[in-house]
Amino acid sequence: MKTFYTEDIKKSDRIGRLVENLYKKMPEIEADRAVLLTESYRETEGAPIILRRAKAFAHILENIPITIRDEELIVGSATQAPRGCQTFPEYSFEWLEAEFDTVETRAADPFYISEETKAALREVHQYWKGKTTSDLATSYMAPEALTAIEHNIFTTGNYFYNGIGHVTVDYGKVLKIGYSGIIEEAKAALAKLNFGDGDYAKRHHFLNAVIISCEAVIGYAKRYAKLADRMADGCQDFERKAELRRIAVNCERVPEFGARNFYEACQSFWFIQMLLQIESSGHSISPGRFDQYMNPYFEKDLKEGAITREFAQELMDCIWVKLNDLNKCRDAASAEGFAGYSLFQNLIAGGQDRYGLDATNDVSFMCINATMHVFLPAPSFSVRVWNGSPHEFLIRAAALTRTGIGLPAYYNDEVIIPALLSRGVSLADARDYNIIGCVEPQAPAKTDGWHDAAFFNMCRPLELVFTRGKDAGEQIGPDTGEFKNMKTFDDFYNAYKTQMNYFIELLVNSDNAIDQAHADRCPLPFQSCMVEDCIGRGKSMQEGGAIYNFTGPQGFGIANMADALYVIKTLVYEQKKYTLCDFADALENNYGKDMEIHYAEKVTKNVVADLTASGKTLSRDDVAAIFEAVSKNPCSDAQKEKYDRMLADIEAVPKFGNDLDEVDAFARDVAYTYTRPMEKYKNPRGGQYQAGLYPVSANVPLGAQTGATPDGRLARTPVADGVSPAAGRDVNGPTAAANSVAKLDHYIASNGTLFNMKFHPTALAGTHGLENFVSLVRGYFDQKGSHIQFNVVSRETLRDAQAHPENYKSLVVRVAGYSALFTTLSRSLQNDIIARTEQGGF
Amino acid sequence: MSENRDYMKTKGRIFDIQRFSVHDGPGIRTIVFLKGCALRCKWCCNPESQSYEIQQMTLAGETKTVGRDVTVEEVMRSIRGDLPYYRRSGGGVTLSGGEALCQPDFASALLRACKNIGVDTAMESTGFADYEVIKRYLPYLDHYLMDIKHMDSKKHEAFTGRPNEKILENAGRIARDSHHLIIRTPVIPTFNDTPEEIGAIADFARSLPGVSEMHILPYHKMGTDKYKGLGREYLLPHLEPPSKEHMQMLLEVVRSKGLYAQIGG
Repeated sequence: MKTFYTEDIKKSDRIGRLVENLYKKMPEIEADRAVLLTESYRETEGAPIILRRAKAFAHILENIPITIRDEELIVGSATQAPRGCQTFPEYSFEWLEAEFDTVETRAADPFYISEETKAALREVHQYWKGKTTSDLATSYMAPEALTAIEHNIFTTGNYFYNGIGHVTVDYGKVLKIGYSGIIEEAKAALAKLNFGDGDYAKRHHFLNAVIISCEAVIGYAKRYAKLADRMADGCQDFERKAELRRIAVNCERVPEFGARNFYEACQSFWFIQMLLQIESSGHSISPGRFDQYMNPYFEKDLKEGAITREFAQELMDCIWVKLNDLNKCRDAASAEGFAGYSLFQNLIAGGQDRYGLDATNDVSFMCINATMHVFLPAPSFSVRVWNGSPHEFLIRAAALTRTGIGLPAYYNDEVIIPALLSRGVSLADARDYNIIGCVEPQAPAKTDGWHDAAFFNMCRPLELVFTRGKDAGEQIGPDTGEFKNMKTFDDFYNAYKTQMNYFIELLVNSDNAIDQAHADRCPLPFQSCMVEDCIGRGKSMQEGGAIYNFTGPQGFGIANMADALYVIKTLVYEQKKYTLCDFADALENNYGKDMEIHYAEKVTKNVVADLTASGKTLSRDDVAAIFEAVSKNPCSDAQKEKYDRMLADIEAVPKFGNDLDEVDAFARDVAYTYTRPMEKYKNPRGGQYQAGLYPVSANVPLGAQTGATPDGRLARTPVADGVSPAAGRDVNGPTAAANSVAKLDHYIASNGTLFNMKFHPTALAGTHGLENFVSLVRGYFDQKGSHIQFNVVSRETLRDAQAHPENYKSLVVRVAGYSALFTTLSRSLQNDIIARTEQGGF
Repeated sequence: MSENRDYMKTKGRIFDIQRFSVHDGPGIRTIVFLKGCALRCKWCCNPESQSYEIQQMTLAGETKTVGRDVTVEEVMRSIRGDLPYYRRSGGGVTLSGGEALCQPDFASALLRACKNIGVDTAMESTGFADYEVIKRYLPYLDHYLMDIKHMDSKKHEAFTGRPNEKILENAGRIARDSHHLIIRTPVIPTFNDTPEEIGAIADFARSLPGVSEMHILPYHKMGTDKYKGLGREYLLPHLEPPSKEHMQMLLEVVRSKGLYAQIGG
């Protein structure tokens, strides 16, 4: 029986100060990378693209300003300013230039940008006109796909505007052999090329690009070694001086060569992680199984007495801080969909090894400690759970959940391993899986998964059934015919499927266009050299160099569509209480309700802006009148009464999320309308499409693009998140909701599913609270759920629950030896619980 | 065969099923609240449970019906859904109320149905019934959580509407005949919150064969709004919950009698 060091290890004072320094100022946009990139591109005009990419990367690393922040033990920063970001004009830039003057003041994820930076970027953007991946992708897309995007059926904006990211490279290999070892591999592969090979030129250029990139990285680390030495020379503080000398020694050694100890392994890890995000702009570059590739160095040092647990923990804590130093500026709309400056650097601990044995180790526990110590959003910390997971590990993870940070996310080996096997991943590789970004499983260091390839709004095709494929007067989808011809529910359901299939194919068209554009314009030699089998095949990941290739677009709104279709089936075809015409009319009139307030404000703002631009001056009263006209529903009282009766009938129909077999089986089938058609498509890298069912935080902004739905959801309000039941509709408690979700097919959604559950911290109080919590996770996973995460809610949420109890019907709180649904408690007791949370007591 | 399954059709009256409860028995539990009670405890936090009749209760401006008639089979549907969580946590089903002893046909059939599929069972009960009735439950009950509220019969009657002789007598028999008996005492200021009163209950509990565990449950005001919602007057409006320190002191009193003791269920 393996035993673990389960105690918390004391947090060093340094960590608090590092965090404080990181968050002193608003993050800033810097121009250095864009300027250096463009300088290099101007020099290499006409050369093969892969070499241009390598030379540009090298030019950046030779010249970009470097900095060692106060008290850092792990060094390497992508920007001068803490939490700053570089820009990546080779992917897209127009949005940034258009938002130069608003990016600092926007609500979601603002960034400071200086006038000098604006000027420098404006200059380089001149060069990039017509040369970006997004320009090329647009030219590759079918016009119908562009139309569907314009009408918000789906968005492929993530990779249209940005790099791909979404990868876990072979950290363990670099830690072991260093980039000098990879250069050796590339040279050996070069030596094996035959002059007569048909793809000689392509391979030759790629391998040389790898060598150039790796040499650049080695040189970049040595710049840090020199800087550290220089700083040590001038340092009066004896202790800091010694630290800087050690940093210099580390950077001289790694990542050029293999790490000799845990500290060097930490530093080497950081260079890999940070430099991947200088090469390209993709997010979700995920460290993966950190506990697996770091533990050998930790164990060896500990055994030899070369390190204390406290110092090892401090180094890991420093890495956790550094993961929050990386940042990314997105366009305003995307910033809402990915709110919280998140880069989704997923780091996972625990689970099985390649042989099917439990792989949990002391570093797994230290990952939990680090997350508690640093208490910041990055990394996106996850744990793997299987039947053989050590109980004490899950109890520690539960203690982290209880802090309310929303971490870790829990993943089920018992679902994910077979799901990957069904996609052609080998057993050993499947057992070795990690998570990319939010919830996407894959075999590390061998996969180009293109996870997060799109958001597909499953509600919009249903709207089009009611409008016969027309949106805003334009025919954008197939005409699925008149209602009166839909004699059975299957006729109606088939019309929905026809709309779905049509737009799924367009989504594939759009993603493949973008995929090809990345291969043509932004192949990534540095990232590729750490993913098998790019060196062997002599081509980049973007051209199909990885062993496993997928494209994973997300569907969302499943709970709404399950409920909506079930309502139609029940009220129209079984009870015959309403006709499809009644529904079409109610949806068009938003059930007689006023426009959602945030949306009404936005529309008002646009109208006011248009009028002001055309030279009108508007008084406060004018604006108020416009708002009134925009938001108020013009329906008559009689109509409104009719709609209210209809809403009551809709409410009475059973809903997904309550452990009702018939409804849940129906939801499972509705999910197939998205996941099954997806499976048959292929991407340009030769890989398969695989659906995911999760929306990140896009269910709110994309809900704002969606009209009313037959489940009683009002226009412009959020749609259900992930595979979770629609807000407020699961009323039988957390186990019933979990059971419903578990009844979906999580295997076919092999790009990941996301289930959010809300708890109050008191529901997890005491040792019994932790044990029961672990049992809840285990019970859900026994039923083959794939992922679960817990939103242990704050007092703000509780206040919101008071204001909008309809959205929080399933929120569990624990009160003085008593569990209850929050919304069922009296106002005074609710206030009491809120007050207690403010004191931080359970 | 079908004859044997008839008990599944037994009807009863409940007012709630609470899933994922982590009290009133080990592990993750499903609590079935039965309607109707023989006692009228002045502090009762579930006043809607007392009458067997189906009632209207208005809370936060919303009027809802309290009480519905169900069959054992219907309740088992919710219970089966939680099997995976019982298995992982060692949890099960707890009958609460009201007083489950008031509906012997339904409650014993429900317990039987639980044991039939291997579910751990518990019952929160005052023990106020003829022992012949209680005996019907015991073969299907793993944990009997029995309230002893006061050793003085007069005071007991003044606060609960019933004397305690029958309850104390039943406690002795239940201790003898049941698998596992835990004594529980709600700590109500002005009624039973002195060390002497709690100590006397602990002495009694200790005297019961096989009993080794006692829970003391601090009074809380959770139910206050419900009285208004039912159009009733709350008889203990000025009562404040006992302090943490006071509960701790009482805990020590129970411990000193040689019992395992805990605060809360």
